Amino acid sequence: MTDAPLSNPRLAEVTINGQAVHARAGATILEVCRTNDVDIPTMCFLKTLTPFNSCRLCVVEVSGSRNLVPSCSRTVENTMEITTESDRIATARRTLYELYASSVDLSLVDTETRRWMGAYNVNPDRFGSYVPHREVMVQDDLYIRDYDKCVLCFRCVGACGPDAQNTFAIDVAGRGLTATISTEFDITLPDSACVYCGNCIAVCPTGALMFRSEYEMRKEGTWDEDRQSITTTVCSFCGVGCNLELHVQDNRIVKVTSPMDHETASGHLCIKGRFGYSYLQSETE
Amino acid sequence: MPTVGATNEPDPNRVGSFPRGSRHGDRSSSARPRETAIDYRATTDTPTAAEMKSVERVLGEPDSMWSGAGERSPADDHVAYGGFRHATDRRHLLLPALHAVQDSIGWVSHGALNYIAQRIPVSPAEAYGVATFYDLIATEQMPSRVARVCDDIACISQGANQLIEDLEARIGPSGVTNGEEGAWIRSACLGHCEKGSAAFVQRAGDTAVTIAPATVGAIVAALTGAAPHAAAPVRLQDHALPALAEARVMGSAAVRREIATSRIRGRGGAAFPVGVKWEAVASASGDTKYVVCNADESEPGTFKDRHLIETDPFAVIEGLAIAGFAVGATKGYVYIRGEYREAEQQLAAALETAGDIGFDIEIRRGAGAYICGEETALFNSIEGFRGEPRQKPPFPTVTGLFGAPTVVNNVETLAAVPKIVLEGGAAFAARGTAESAGTKLFCISGNVRSPGVHEVEFGATVRELIGLAGGVEGHLQAVLTGGAAGTFVTELALDTPLTFEDAPAGGASVGSGAIVVFNSDVDLGEIVSRIAEFFSHESCGLCVPCRVGTVRQHEAVLRLTTRGGDVVSDLATVKELGVVMRDTSMCGLGQAASIAVESAIALGLIGGDR
Repeated sequence: MTDAPLSNPRLAEVTINGQAVHARAGATILEVCRTNDVDIPTMCFLKTLTPFNSCRLCVVEVSGSRNLVPSCSRTVENTMEITTESDRIATARRTLYELYASSVDLSLVDTETRRWMGAYNVNPDRFGSYVPHREVMVQDDLYIRDYDKCVLCFRCVGACGPDAQNTFAIDVAGRGLTATISTEFDITLPDSACVYCGNCIAVCPTGALMFRSEYEMRKEGTWDEDRQSITTTVCSFCGVGCNLELHVQDNRIVKVTSPMDHETASGHLCIKGRFGYSYLQSETE
Repeated sequence: MPTVGATNEPDPNRVGSFPRGSRHGDRSSSARPRETAIDYRATTDTPTAAEMKSVERVLGEPDSMWSGAGERSPADDHVAYGGFRHATDRRHLLLPALHAVQDSIGWVSHGALNYIAQRIPVSPAEAYGVATFYDLIATEQMPSRVARVCDDIACISQGANQLIEDLEARIGPSGVTNGEEGAWIRSACLGHCEKGSAAFVQRAGDTAVTIAPATVGAIVAALTGAAPHAAAPVRLQDHALPALAEARVMGSAAVRREIATSRIRGRGGAAFPVGVKWEAVASASGDTKYVVCNADESEPGTFKDRHLIETDPFAVIEGLAIAGFAVGATKGYVYIRGEYREAEQQLAAALETAGDIGFDIEIRRGAGAYICGEETALFNSIEGFRGEPRQKPPFPTVTGLFGAPTVVNNVETLAAVPKIVLEGGAAFAARGTAESAGTKLFCISGNVRSPGVHEVEFGATVRELIGLAGGVEGHLQAVLTGGAAGTFVTELALDTPLTFEDAPAGGASVGSGAIVVFNSDVDLGEIVSRIAEFFSHESCGLCVPCRVGTVRQHEAVLRLTTRGGDVVSDLATVKELGVVMRDTSMCGLGQAASIAVESAIALGLIGGDR
């Protein structure tokens, strides 16, 4: 490839795993790869939130770069040569998963993460298995927080703060391995600025944040996603028109989410859309 | 620490009428969250009068009822205060406000944090995140005096372990309050390595002081009695700053040409060509640009920047002003390490003495975080955010402090600038070697006869530098070159010149210019463990390879040095962690966290048969 200017400045010509593709200038490497059906694992990245660069799982090789490059935040440049799979990358991703497994309870991570961990032959005990050290925080009827499962991806901080809700009830406190998501002085959520929109829970990739209803059902052993159906509808509380996905098990709503690719709310809801469904099942109670 | 949610108990020390910002009248007796000026909600924990006063020393008196002033007046109902712009404009005052409370009260209570959060304004959770990031800001009640005692590598070679044992016997274990004698806490390197031992004593209501050399008696005296006599500062004389005047005559382009001609490279550790950096910022678009002097010297075994500021603060000020002129910067900042209070006072006095130099320079104080010496973490710290690094690119020359193109240079780099301007870049380049122009300060400490800072022309070998410090005390075992992110060398490599081009071949590092010598009495396993512990303590926690990797590395090193595990497997672990931390960490801290450990293993200093 040469440095000759392209005829269309809105396009960048890049190479992904040896194959030349045209990319939108300003797009991230991850975006371009996924558009071209090249899959890359992520943990902290969510397309509705500003990249946090914390998990490093999406690293790729970029020609001319000494270190691996996080693909979620790095934008493509013309003539960039990108490699998404190599021994070097596999070693990095496997080790990162193993570091996670040594410090966090990964039992409820999503299926994508499980698939990647299998693909990279992750040995969860490589650096010793994690030791439970924090109690589950059950402080109200709507949320639970289980920070033994927290991978510190920062998604909840973004969703509570500038990326969605602008409530700023939680942030990272402390430093290093003891850093944790916290309210000020670790006060309870009901005492904090939390408005119970549930957006932090919706973006949590590991089940560290969970709706109380799901938590209780899991504890009773009645939570069964195979028996759940999802009904999409529109929230009836106001005129904004947020889409709702009602997760129904045994004819009862057990969880409410919102589709991320819907332009009205991008997956975010308010307390009414998220939790205001009990009137629907009052006759059955 | 305030009890969670318990806000109804009347406290005679608390200001009774606070909070005053509620639209619905006084709700101070209610445990419900109240509203602050721009929608950030906080608990009803209230500040004491003393806490309010200390915050107001930084933020001024509140200008309306909405930001905490007095009784509600009719005017308050007709004025809109706050807003996003207002909030972002004052965010950078968060750390100075936290400092103000810490300095006068000794810790930041929930009420004080609420008041700061309301006054900035910023959400209390974010303010708490920032406060808990720094070692020198306490969010739990502490004794009014706390001594931070260095147990880092250079001090270990000088008997820090004995000092700590004696402190444990006299006061109690590290971190535990013991009545009137105050508390002491183990600390990473305090940058007084040439003095053999050091303690940094925070005193509520009084300026913190450094005791070096530190003895149990001196530490206890500082915790209980009158303030120790601070070392008399070097006397400042009127200084004309001739190089700054000369630079203004030459013009900014000519100054940048001289800097480029001098081939000077950054003295902070990364050795980036200064001329290239300055040119990039000068040619960057935008009306607002900054120059920042990085005085957050925290690399273990390094004390040259402190020495420079204490003995020649004008050179630093002049260099920064010239840098600002050369790149068209609107303002300069000096970000100085929070433990360097004496140097900070010296620098402030020099700024005062220099008077109006036609360039605005502000001193910002760190609060105990090694990571803030990383340039982008330093920006976040000044801006009032947690001192976490930012993903690069964009580089600071494009998007730096407050998003503007920024030059960040080390103290020693800037101090060399006036000489380059006065004598010409060619004269500077004539010294040193092909790739390493000019002179360099080296900090030589540990088991040498007369530790200290020495300036030499680039090209001196490790052996020559140790010779300048009077030679090895005892039988040489190993030398750590370049700091905790540097490499060990043994007798075999002492003739390696410490230059950017020759040092790597000999396994040595220029790094920050630290040279710590260890004789055969020192337990090198302990030294390497301390280095590994240092990185795990200083990791900001943002990215996984560093947050978890530095801890796993420390564990493996502990097993290797105590022979408590499977050596082959632990060696493999360290090696692979090193590769992954280097490849995937966001910033230089994680990327460099394994270098010293791996060099110790390669030399057989740990993990093998000696």
